[in-house]
Amino acid sequence: MKSDKILIALAGQPNCGKSTVFNALTGASQYVANYPGVTVDKMTGRYKHNGTRVEVVDLPGTYSLTSYSPEERVSRDFILHEKPSVAVNVMDASNLKRCLYLTFQLLEMEIPVVLNLNMMDVVKKCGIDIDVNKLAKRLGIQVVPTTMKSGRGKKDLLDTIGAVAASQKPAQAIRIDYGEMELFLREIVDRLSSETALATTYSQRWMTIKLMEGDGEVKRLIREKHPDADKFLGLIEKARADFEARYDEIPEMHIANRRYQAADDIARSCLKLPAGAKRPLSDRIDSFVCHRFLGPVILVGVIWLLYYLSIVQGYNITNYTWPFLAKLRSLTEALTPNPGFIEVPLIRSFALWLVDSVNALLNYIPIFFILFGLIAILEDSGYMPRMAFIMDRLFSRFGLHGQSTLPMVLGGIYVGGCAVPGVMSCKGIPDERSRLATILIIPMLNCLAKVPLYVLLINIYFAAHKAWAMFFISTISMLLVLPVSKILTLTVLKDKETAPFVMEMPPYHIPTIRGVLGRAAERVWLFVRKITTIVVAVAVIIFVLLQFPGISDQRMAHYNAQKDKATGAFFKKIKGTPYADQLRGDNLMALIIYWNDYKSAKMGTKGKEAMAALNAKFEGRNPVFFKIAQPGKDKIAKKVNRAFKKLFKARKRLLREMRKERIDNSFLGRLGKWLEPATRYAGFNWRVNVALLSAFAAKESSVATLGALYEQEEEGEALEQRMAKGEAGFTPLHALALMLFMVLYPPCLATSIAVKLQSGSVKWMLFSMAYPMVLGVVLATLVFSGGSALELSGLQVMFAFYGLALALTVFMGFLKSKSEYA
Amino acid sequence: MKTLNEMKPGSEGRIKRLSVRDKLGQRLVDMGVYPGLRLKVIRNAPLEDPMEVELDGYFVSLRHDEARFVEVE
Repeated sequence: MKSDKILIALAGQPNCGKSTVFNALTGASQYVANYPGVTVDKMTGRYKHNGTRVEVVDLPGTYSLTSYSPEERVSRDFILHEKPSVAVNVMDASNLKRCLYLTFQLLEMEIPVVLNLNMMDVVKKCGIDIDVNKLAKRLGIQVVPTTMKSGRGKKDLLDTIGAVAASQKPAQAIRIDYGEMELFLREIVDRLSSETALATTYSQRWMTIKLMEGDGEVKRLIREKHPDADKFLGLIEKARADFEARYDEIPEMHIANRRYQAADDIARSCLKLPAGAKRPLSDRIDSFVCHRFLGPVILVGVIWLLYYLSIVQGYNITNYTWPFLAKLRSLTEALTPNPGFIEVPLIRSFALWLVDSVNALLNYIPIFFILFGLIAILEDSGYMPRMAFIMDRLFSRFGLHGQSTLPMVLGGIYVGGCAVPGVMSCKGIPDERSRLATILIIPMLNCLAKVPLYVLLINIYFAAHKAWAMFFISTISMLLVLPVSKILTLTVLKDKETAPFVMEMPPYHIPTIRGVLGRAAERVWLFVRKITTIVVAVAVIIFVLLQFPGISDQRMAHYNAQKDKATGAFFKKIKGTPYADQLRGDNLMALIIYWNDYKSAKMGTKGKEAMAALNAKFEGRNPVFFKIAQPGKDKIAKKVNRAFKKLFKARKRLLREMRKERIDNSFLGRLGKWLEPATRYAGFNWRVNVALLSAFAAKESSVATLGALYEQEEEGEALEQRMAKGEAGFTPLHALALMLFMVLYPPCLATSIAVKLQSGSVKWMLFSMAYPMVLGVVLATLVFSGGSALELSGLQVMFAFYGLALALTVFMGFLKSKSEYA
Repeated sequence: MKTLNEMKPGSEGRIKRLSVRDKLGQRLVDMGVYPGLRLKVIRNAPLEDPMEVELDGYFVSLRHDEARFVEVE
């Protein structure tokens, strides 16, 4: 029977070139999902071969198939429950012996296996000779050598997969002889088949071997399906104990040993190694990269380069991409109803708000693209394990992991990271406890968007000590992050699953352009898809909270009166000029819009010629309005120009007052006021509260909201001056408390979503939002109330706080956590 | 009885026994640390921990806290 659709799985050890094979087979038709209940990515792709549609699932790279890690569990469960027609075992052919260890475990699950010897180019270069036919004969399965990087052998592989999937008779694959244990295995197999119906679904021999290994998942299966599980599992435990007593060997060690022996035996008969192998190049490179002194220097260099290329250069690129986003905004402006003199149509402000929220995120795409590309290079080259090797000692003292290095660098170890890629790159940390700790502390690092508020406050309140204040704020986050991570590890994360550090130091590889660009594009797309949709949803909510209930009718009447006064004054001034009639009715509003357009068009134009062209264009659009905008020497036009400028300014002021009143009145404004009695002790008044609340959508919003709250009295007055004026009672101590709160500010919307994706639960997302808030309020209160009570200056409290944080960090670092292993 | 964590960079030995089971024991054998194999300590990390060892042309790094369960001779 030939079905028109088959399912195959790719299995292999890490660093065996499996993703290259996956890409070569499926091309661009791939998508990522999650395996249920865990945060392991499930990569699926498709291809068509000889009229058969083939669905390919790329299982996570694992060394073995035990039930100790989520990756191994999902791989195993997929094979057991989805029963793919073929499992393609991809292996690094130059590392045949070690890779066979996994092959045997796949074969034990009694599914059709095709062995794909990949990276044959490396084999040839090393002078290794593999007897493929003999290998196939000894293993009893099809073996296909390929060099997928250049596409060699792909057709062979496709044909073989097709043939094996279509064939009805099971292959006579090799069966490992477990020596002295076979006696025990046979007894258990007999019981298994006579006492349960499990044999119809799972391979009996596989289950038996797993039971002898003490595998937790298979025991659980027995407990579910066996009528007298306790007695049966008791017998298994007895068999394991008997074996260990009789042969002085732990059963699972014996099993692993026999597998390695079989692998060694096969490798010996099928492999010819070159005589006198020299020291591998990777090891020679490592004598620099992992060197006691050079290693850390190189690490700092790599981190610097990562920042420089993505944040600095990426930011430069946004100068070129921003105009496109700005166009999107002006398009929205053009498509929505025009504003009135003081009434802005709700649909217009809503559409613009949405576009602004989305644009704020889309603006980061160039940065993210470069960042994700660089991460892919780090991953593919093999530098990541070296990074972990160098940093593990330091981070593991605080409950983190060597592999927390990259996420923390991305999050902003000094200033100017972004928590979103930081959290997203936590995926690789094998230890669940450290991974969660890393995810939870990353939002406390200094992301790019927190910086404007710091700069604003430092410029106003620490103007005389800018360098100190900047140093304080840049480094304090690290001194908060490390102790907090340790505390989380000792408390809420205490019972989380841990994993041994033991890690392969793979040979270095030169990354392929295709692989790097592909991964960067894929991750940017994931970001856009998952995060932007949710940002839109929450932007709507915040819009409602900021807009409603709005301005009362009575106040609206007041503003209308103001408007009439301003327009009345204008017409009085231009009375008698030929322009007076032309600006009646709707034409006045048309002039305002024309004026706005002209002003913003002028802003984006450089050079004499371009300016002339622009002028000609606007003159063509409306010659009368143009005369008012560019009166030249015409006395009357000049007079109108002056009067109009005044009116324009009056309108702006009215709009601003209304915006301020709307925020004051809004639900968010009320929330800010309602919170004031509680936040007073931290030195936050309701205006600060509103700014902080609005920062949840994106941290940049805090400064923007403050900008709206502190009125501009004179044209061009900087926010620094306005805020200093608007908050006469504010002291450096207020500012310090506010900055510390900002360090500990809950993750922004996009980061919260990333936390949910990476931790796999809404619960952790909510926790990641709640605990920094509590901590922030407590610390800000301590700093503000404590500092006020002791009558210390902001600078004194800053130094005192820094000293305390440093002491706490050192103390936490020395607080020895118990060894994982008794 | 000597254990792997006590070995200095550059020294060699043969794995005699693993004195740990469950998660760590299984991980060690799965990563190729199993009795009978020769190993060589390549280096310690810049901050002493973890360490890197070579087994049969294959490089593995592990913490000293994990290496103390690997008995060598």
